[in-house]
Amino acid sequence: MSSVLVSPQLTPSMSRSKGVWAAAATRFKTDRVGMASLVVVVLFLLIVLAAGLGLVAKDWQTERGVPDAPPTFMGPASATEGVVIAAPSGPNVDISAIDPLAPRYKEWAEAAKKYQTTEAAKALTLPFGGDRLGRDVLSKAVKGAQVSILVGVSAAVIATAIGTLLGAFAGFFGGRIGDFLEWVYNVFTAIPNILLIFAFAAVFQHRGVVSVVLILGLAGWTGIYRLVRAEFIKHAGRDYVRSAEAIGASSSSRMFRHILPNVSHVVLVQLSVNVVGFIKSEVILSYLGFGVGVDQVSWGTMLSEAQSELILGHWWQLAAATLLMAVFVTAFSLMTDALRDALDPKLRGLE
Amino acid sequence: MAAYLIRRIWQMVPTLFGVILLVFLLFKAFGGDPAEILAGQNATQAQVDAIRQQLGLNESLWVQFGIFLKQIATFDWGKSWATNEAVSHLFASRMPATLTVMIPILILDTLLAIPFAMGVAYVRGSLTDRTIMVATTVALSISFLVYVIVGQYLFAFQLGLFPVQGWSDSVWTNLRVYVPLPALLSVMVGLAPQTRLYRSFFLDEIGHDYVRTARAKGMTERTVLLKHVLRNALIPILTNVAVALPSIFVGSFLIEVFFSIPGLGRELWLAVNRSDYPVIQAFAVYIAVITMVVNLLTDILYKLVDPRVVLK
Repeated sequence: MSSVLVSPQLTPSMSRSKGVWAAAATRFKTDRVGMASLVVVVLFLLIVLAAGLGLVAKDWQTERGVPDAPPTFMGPASATEGVVIAAPSGPNVDISAIDPLAPRYKEWAEAAKKYQTTEAAKALTLPFGGDRLGRDVLSKAVKGAQVSILVGVSAAVIATAIGTLLGAFAGFFGGRIGDFLEWVYNVFTAIPNILLIFAFAAVFQHRGVVSVVLILGLAGWTGIYRLVRAEFIKHAGRDYVRSAEAIGASSSSRMFRHILPNVSHVVLVQLSVNVVGFIKSEVILSYLGFGVGVDQVSWGTMLSEAQSELILGHWWQLAAATLLMAVFVTAFSLMTDALRDALDPKLRGLE
Repeated sequence: MAAYLIRRIWQMVPTLFGVILLVFLLFKAFGGDPAEILAGQNATQAQVDAIRQQLGLNESLWVQFGIFLKQIATFDWGKSWATNEAVSHLFASRMPATLTVMIPILILDTLLAIPFAMGVAYVRGSLTDRTIMVATTVALSISFLVYVIVGQYLFAFQLGLFPVQGWSDSVWTNLRVYVPLPALLSVMVGLAPQTRLYRSFFLDEIGHDYVRTARAKGMTERTVLLKHVLRNALIPILTNVAVALPSIFVGSFLIEVFFSIPGLGRELWLAVNRSDYPVIQAFAVYIAVITMVVNLLTDILYKLVDPRVVLK
């Protein structure tokens, strides 16, 4: 924290106690559940990165299979016997004499030849089935993971940034600024969260990832504001902060260089709590039609498509999206719990 | 008590003003032009200008805010842009359906979670406890949407135990026929987080000295839990229910949209889809008022439940 101290890398003395982050890392490593969930989360993040770079699931929009192609392990769908209308048996009547379009048929046939349509062979089954258009459900789920996780993380970062900044100002300065920010907080909490989300959705008419992130971030900062404000009030009067003031540290320096590192564990834990919440909210928003655009796929849009598919017995899209989401959210929640235990040992065993 | 009430109501004024200001500015700054939304896509400029004049959109921002305040104070929001139904009528006629669904859900949720959580707290640390905790974590990670989709498919479509969706005019028929499935699904989903939370409340109380004293007196674990711990744990549980209370007026959007229940949540969803600004604005302001009033009532209720609480 202070440049007077010699950094621990230079003097690796055994007597020196570990820093708060190193100690937390040690505690985290002993938590087997936490480590296992960390591995799963990192795997998911690698998939997101790969999907973002276009290494996997790049062609998720290609219609590779027949519509509603079942998963490979189930075998192709049994052919349904459609009622075929019998072809007329009489001779064709020549109406070219009275057909007003007749003179142009040749011209159109020529024009049509310029466009080549390649009818790719549609697979009867896909590894984990296909959707209504025959798109591969697995690549959709991977691409959906990218969008959903990106939305969850970005919205959480925005909400955390707003909450931390406002909370820091309110807690550190108090007085007029504190009162004003408390008023803003009261206003935002007076409206139920889902209603606030709807109000934002009503004014951000453009549907897409950016607007979902903004809606969730702007409506979801109040929880973290409350916590950060309480921490800043607690820390603002402590000796180390007053010492910093005595040696001439400015307000912003005291707030963000002295206090913030000491409360950053609260911020970090809240950030990851929010990620899980926002991923779930994105699913609901997408179902209600306020989510990502139609040319994108997320777990939410997959689930909303799944409702009508399930009636027809096509369960694979529902299963794929649910499974990926459940695994990620469970791992992330367990990781958050382990993180909180590691960063704030006082809380251990409360839950 | 009277002084407390007056001060609390006085404190609501700035918050309410803030809510009104927020809603007003939000729609002014980011929302589309109301005149163009109202006129539709084939309107001439003259028509747009006429609507602009009628809505007072040519006035200064202050005058427009004045009009907005007047609408709120007189409960006269005019008519919905989409259906031409009076907004106040919309509010009054959709509220009963929402409450018909949400009140049974809230009651069942709370009443079921308390014994569940107590049972889990009783066997704390055991394999059962851990299994239930892991199960609730996993259950929580699956989206509410999945439960609703699968539940409707399984219970209504495949097994035919309930109607798939629907609503009637009679409250009794609704409660008997149409509410059970949405309520069942909501309670199933709500039970896991509720149990976790209440368990932590019980565990908090079990750690206190009075519990040790009670045990030392030779009371059975049963008496300790039911007589001492339960009463004290009811206070945080009550807080939790109180926090959830205002949201029952909005209803669960998902439940109402999914099961086509003509409640406030679904109406609001339709309004957002149709850019029906008066409806959204009116709902936001009135729900905020209801929320504040409910919060005040809960604080007073505390006093009745826990005599130690001093209202200041």
